[in-house]
Amino acid sequence: MSVIAPNFKLSEFIKSILDNAFWILLIMALIGIPAVQVILFYMEMPVIGGELLTPFLALTWIADPSRTLPIIKAFMTTDLFRIAAFPGFGFAALIAAGTIFVERKMLAKLQLRVGPFYCGKIEGILQLMGDGLKLISKEIIIPAKADKPLFWAAPVMFVATAAAFVALIPVTPGWVVADLDVGLLAVFAVIGFFPIITILSAWAANSKFPFIGGIRALFQMVSFEIPLILSLLGAVILTGTLNLSEIAASQSNFPWIIFLPIGAIVFFITMLAELERIPFDLPEAESEIVAGWLTELSGMMYGLVQLGTYLKLYAFAALFVVIFLGGWNGPMIWPPFPEEIITEGIELGPVTANIPGLPVFSQEMLNGVVWFVLKTVGVIFFILLPRGVFPRIRVDLLLDLGWKKLIGLAFVNIFIALGLLYAGILGPGGIF
Amino acid sequence: MSTPTLPPGLAIQKADERIMTLNVGPQHPGSGHMRIIVQIDGDYIVACDPDPGYVHRGEEKMAEYRNYVLNIPHLERPVIHDSCNILYPYVLGAEELLGLEITERAKYVRVIASELNRCVYTMYWLAIYGIFLGHSTMFMWPAGDRELLIDLLEKMTGARVTHSYFIPGGIRNDLPANFEDVCLRQVNYFEKRIKEYADVFYDNPILLSRTEKTGILTRENAIRLGTTGSVLRASGVDYDVRKKEPYDVYDELDFQTNVMKSGDSYARSRIPWLDMMESCRIIRDALQKMPKSGSVRVKLKPNPKGAIGSVYKRIESGRGALGCYIVSDKKAEPYRVKLSVPSFRNLIALPHLLIGEKLGNMPSVYWSLNYWPVEADR
Repeated sequence: MSVIAPNFKLSEFIKSILDNAFWILLIMALIGIPAVQVILFYMEMPVIGGELLTPFLALTWIADPSRTLPIIKAFMTTDLFRIAAFPGFGFAALIAAGTIFVERKMLAKLQLRVGPFYCGKIEGILQLMGDGLKLISKEIIIPAKADKPLFWAAPVMFVATAAAFVALIPVTPGWVVADLDVGLLAVFAVIGFFPIITILSAWAANSKFPFIGGIRALFQMVSFEIPLILSLLGAVILTGTLNLSEIAASQSNFPWIIFLPIGAIVFFITMLAELERIPFDLPEAESEIVAGWLTELSGMMYGLVQLGTYLKLYAFAALFVVIFLGGWNGPMIWPPFPEEIITEGIELGPVTANIPGLPVFSQEMLNGVVWFVLKTVGVIFFILLPRGVFPRIRVDLLLDLGWKKLIGLAFVNIFIALGLLYAGILGPGGIF
Repeated sequence: MSTPTLPPGLAIQKADERIMTLNVGPQHPGSGHMRIIVQIDGDYIVACDPDPGYVHRGEEKMAEYRNYVLNIPHLERPVIHDSCNILYPYVLGAEELLGLEITERAKYVRVIASELNRCVYTMYWLAIYGIFLGHSTMFMWPAGDRELLIDLLEKMTGARVTHSYFIPGGIRNDLPANFEDVCLRQVNYFEKRIKEYADVFYDNPILLSRTEKTGILTRENAIRLGTTGSVLRASGVDYDVRKKEPYDVYDELDFQTNVMKSGDSYARSRIPWLDMMESCRIIRDALQKMPKSGSVRVKLKPNPKGAIGSVYKRIESGRGALGCYIVSDKKAEPYRVKLSVPSFRNLIALPHLLIGEKLGNMPSVYWSLNYWPVEADR
């Protein structure tokens, strides 16, 4: 007798829910309402028009539609919005999802095939959603001898760390989740977490292939972290700050890649290694060690790690943009907001609607987002491209590259930066 | 009382904390239908025990219960990608036992089918070699370009992979109309296509750094271990059955064998690719020299009986010298059919090459041996 798939009937399912409706409501009332109150108590709410934005105030737009835009604008200044939507998790996840789709289609074109095609009618655009649903609905199998708490925790920690990385990235002036004065140091700290999580997951699985994969990941990440940190120091020397927003803002005339091309190349290569992308996908080398440290992960645990990987990819590409390509800086291509709408209102036939709270976003902010996204997508494209062209490198050649070549090049980059600084060309008090 | 000695892979050995035993296969993306028991010390392989036998089908025993014609469809199962070539020695031997003389046109058609099939096999092998090295484009391109030749073979034989095309007495059916032009066009395009592989794969610096000077099989060891085909030619031994013991019309055709001296993984992976270009040359030459019309098949008696005696024939398959030994006792069924397959002979070299190598070299060394697990098990 099968327990897994009994005959499913919608009517019986609804009936069972109705039978339990009392208990569902009771539990929600007992747990949900206090939880919401606790969250609201600790969350700082913005003030609009001298009134604190409370949930009751937030609903006043139903009675007074003219309050809609101010309330939305006020909500967008909250931390909740920044963390969950823009420029935090939601924005990054959107770019990550687009990355996965573009990667699959681009690689398919390169390899003379079609790629995802059927799911979602138009060129398989819903394939990712289907994959996600599949992963969610799969059973999670944990090896019998695994260290269960650590094994469970590793994928969650991986996503959390990747999200922490995303939080440090400034997208446009003022739009950053955590605007730290030691932003770059925080980035190094976050990057330093990834090998720990990887080796914890691999070790906790208590299986041979994940263990070898974890060791390889540890080798790779630790030895490439040093050139990664050194390659970014050139920009720090020239700008004299660790704040990522200030580094990005300092490139309003020209991006640092013009003066520090070696640093950019070294950072790009180390970035590929940190992201475990081909040609540096040794920790997941399929023909040697099955799937490396991901071998024993199943179901949504694997899905979480994939999500974290692509969030990390976005964050690294964005870091490249912020430090070497000038972040949000770029010529103004976004059209200015028509001022007469604010002063005179919109004519809707006989009625002239005067909408308070416009514009929602400033022209500079939208222009910055456009440039940032364009540059980030370009960098992501170049991160994806090697997958179609290169085979996998071997671990000794990888370490050779990291320790002997990239560190040397990173030092050359630092000396170039120092030379530019002391010659008085760039930096504080420079001629530019 | 001495303790029973077990095979090396099964024996319980003294635990050494430095040594880790890995079972690569049979459920492993990098093994094929076999198991390689590998012991590693850090990143270095200290012991290697290839363990084939997971797809043994008893082809040789089955051949003793079927007559000379009924043996054809099942004998090609071990290497369905190279099905013309694995049948070739059996058909040659059966013809000698049955006393059949085949026509000139049939010989040429056989050579064309055999060379096309060699390319189809090699493309499949190359695709897997690409994905073993983590190069997914090199998996997709050969798998796609292979279709060109599969279409040709489908036109010739009616089947995409298991052709059952060679029969004692010639070939099963004549070529379709206008085949020569189509074949020439497709083969020319195919040759143009595989030359592009050099840009993306064979001249790739990462591939060179990974496969050059790894898994070196010296000339002496290659001869001593009895390797054949591309493995032997990559070690500097100019041996090709098509040249040394020409069968059918190979002595009339213009081609050369490719030899490389280094004997490393790179040479072993490059030789089959160079051989494909020679195959294209052979096909073009054969299409030119082939008699344009004539019979392709000698009529067989029903249930033919072989003469008393034995015969050993061998040919050059996609992997190397493939031999077939048939013993006949004047019955409709052969008394014994023995296939001497190149895969098994090349596999013997694997432990010699892997010990002392890094774990990361295992897929490239293993698959560069031009090994097909199903053929080794028969």
